[in-house]
Amino acid sequence: MKKLLCVIAAVLFTSPVFAAGGGGELKHAEWSFDGPLGTFDKAAMQRGFQAYREVCSGCHSLNYIAFRNLADLGYNADEIKAIASEYEVEDGPNDEGEMFMRAAVPADHFPAPYLNENAARAANNGAYPLDLSLIFKARPNGADYLYSLLTSYVEAPSHMNVPEGMYYNAAYSGNMIAMPQPLYGDDIEYADGSDSSADAIAKDLVNFFAWTAEPAMETRKRTGVAVLIFLVLLSGLSYGAMRFIWADVKK
Amino acid sequence: MSEKQFSNPAVRWIDHRLPIFSFLNHEANEYPTPKNLNYFWNFGSLAGISLVVMIITGIALSMSYTAHVDYAFESVERIMRDVNHGWLLRYIHMNGASFFFIVVFIHIFRGLYYGSYKAPRELLWILGVVILLLMMATAFMGYVLPWGQMSFWGATVITNLFSAIPGVGEAIVTWLWGGFSVDNPTLNRFFSLHFLLPFVIVGVVVLHLVALHRFGSNNPLGIDTKGPQDTLPFHPYYTIKDFFGLSVFLTFFAAAVFFFPNFMGHPDNYIPANALQTPAHIVPEWYFLPFYAILRAVPDKLGGVLAMFGAIAVLFILPWLDRSPVRSGRFRPIFKIFFWLLLADCVLLGYIGAMPAEGLYVLVGRLATVWYFVHFLVILPVLSVIETPRPLPQSISKPIFTGGGAMAGAAAAPKEKV
Repeated sequence: MKKLLCVIAAVLFTSPVFAAGGGGELKHAEWSFDGPLGTFDKAAMQRGFQAYREVCSGCHSLNYIAFRNLADLGYNADEIKAIASEYEVEDGPNDEGEMFMRAAVPADHFPAPYLNENAARAANNGAYPLDLSLIFKARPNGADYLYSLLTSYVEAPSHMNVPEGMYYNAAYSGNMIAMPQPLYGDDIEYADGSDSSADAIAKDLVNFFAWTAEPAMETRKRTGVAVLIFLVLLSGLSYGAMRFIWADVKK
Repeated sequence: MSEKQFSNPAVRWIDHRLPIFSFLNHEANEYPTPKNLNYFWNFGSLAGISLVVMIITGIALSMSYTAHVDYAFESVERIMRDVNHGWLLRYIHMNGASFFFIVVFIHIFRGLYYGSYKAPRELLWILGVVILLLMMATAFMGYVLPWGQMSFWGATVITNLFSAIPGVGEAIVTWLWGGFSVDNPTLNRFFSLHFLLPFVIVGVVVLHLVALHRFGSNNPLGIDTKGPQDTLPFHPYYTIKDFFGLSVFLTFFAAAVFFFPNFMGHPDNYIPANALQTPAHIVPEWYFLPFYAILRAVPDKLGGVLAMFGAIAVLFILPWLDRSPVRSGRFRPIFKIFFWLLLADCVLLGYIGAMPAEGLYVLVGRLATVWYFVHFLVILPVLSVIETPRPLPQSISKPIFTGGGAMAGAAAAPKEKV
């Protein structure tokens, strides 16, 4: 009984309804990956990848993505090798039993910025920067949520007291977020000269994280179209066959 | 079972010693089936096929899954990313659970409406309820395996229910967990049982089919078949009808798998399990929501648990609660109204189960829970006594009524002579 009560109490008091400041408000945008025929926007994903590297990756890991996966973004094998070689990963133990650092290869996953959760918290005022691989799928309405979160750092209402080390974010549940504002506009210079306003970078990041959360999305939807066409035809044919066989049955 | 003479000598030789061909011929080919079954009778075969789909995809998934608290979440993501078509296997299995329950719920409500639980099919019905219970246990344990936030907290809430048992409750929970919280031993045993139970379900399904084939299918008129003029051989008439039904079912299933694979899931389950952080709302999978609503409707914990299990238990004794000799709801004007009320009540309970237990939701949940039990324990027994059923047709093929107005059953049985 006590345990259940604890669980129920925990549920109630951590729910957004009870959180100070109320729930977040989402902005809506059009996304290329929306809908049954949606596809990834490779140019936006490459820009988002650059933004992740230059802005997010200082604190946030991307554990489920390997360098080889970058082929999905349109990079060729040499480009992927070059990108990987810019990173160092720990390997070993070698013949002497020592761990050692070496340049990453395409088969390696992106190295995390911190050794473990405690190190991450120690460096971030007690807050834990989440792994971003699945963040897109781990939030309801992921695309609009991430876009809103990244672009909703606004002045706190005068009646709200923002504690030290916290920031006001209109899209965040409870409005108090430990992550400082990541984008101010012109944070990065895009190689293709694209718009680098905070809004545009946020959208590029969303495109990138939509892919990191489910690299197989395009294959899934493309396969789905073929499968559905087949099944609709099969349903039609089997309906015809059924009518043919049942034609001689008197009700 | 009469031995059929097969033309192929090899088949004949085997069949004489091991009559599997005679058996299949008798049960899947000649098997006399009422000729007036409507599309609601497709859902039995769909449930069987769903079970097979779940077992096949489940075995494939288990080859790449790691049942360990440190690796389970990651291994599922590996399946989604690095296993060839792993995303497809995983999405079929994940959505397959939902579609299995959709099919089974329709199958159950079909039985409720057409009185398929009545004599002589009581054991057939009871075996079906056993399958439902096994399905619920299997689905619950399967949902724990990805070891996301909802997996972990769902497991914590549900296993904690057993602590309501007076005296030994806490000990039983510790025993279930294999420790003092939901942890690695819990995950391991859930994986083991999640692998085992589907095969137990297969066994009970076989018994379900044996019981079904004893008297054959019920039918929309709810009257017994009177001879060959009322039936059709199962093949090709119902094999093709089941095949058509399967094609349509797969079309809907594929639409979900390929275009909305996460619609029936919860985003929190893409967050790795964290014992130190409770999700904002712990909600079970949608197919458990009506039962979850009943659980929460009772203010006392033990009472809630008893009510939740009681909601299933009452189905076991249903054949003796509804004593009306008329099976089909078509000929029971008052029963018919209460049937639709029960269906609406179950949908309402499902909605309440998804809502936070506060304010008006609590009151509505309680009323809906009371209605659920009143339907089975009061209304059905009373209706069996006070309701005057409409006249029944004499046979499936001869829709002539034993009495009353000829118009009464005109819709139920069209005007064809034998």
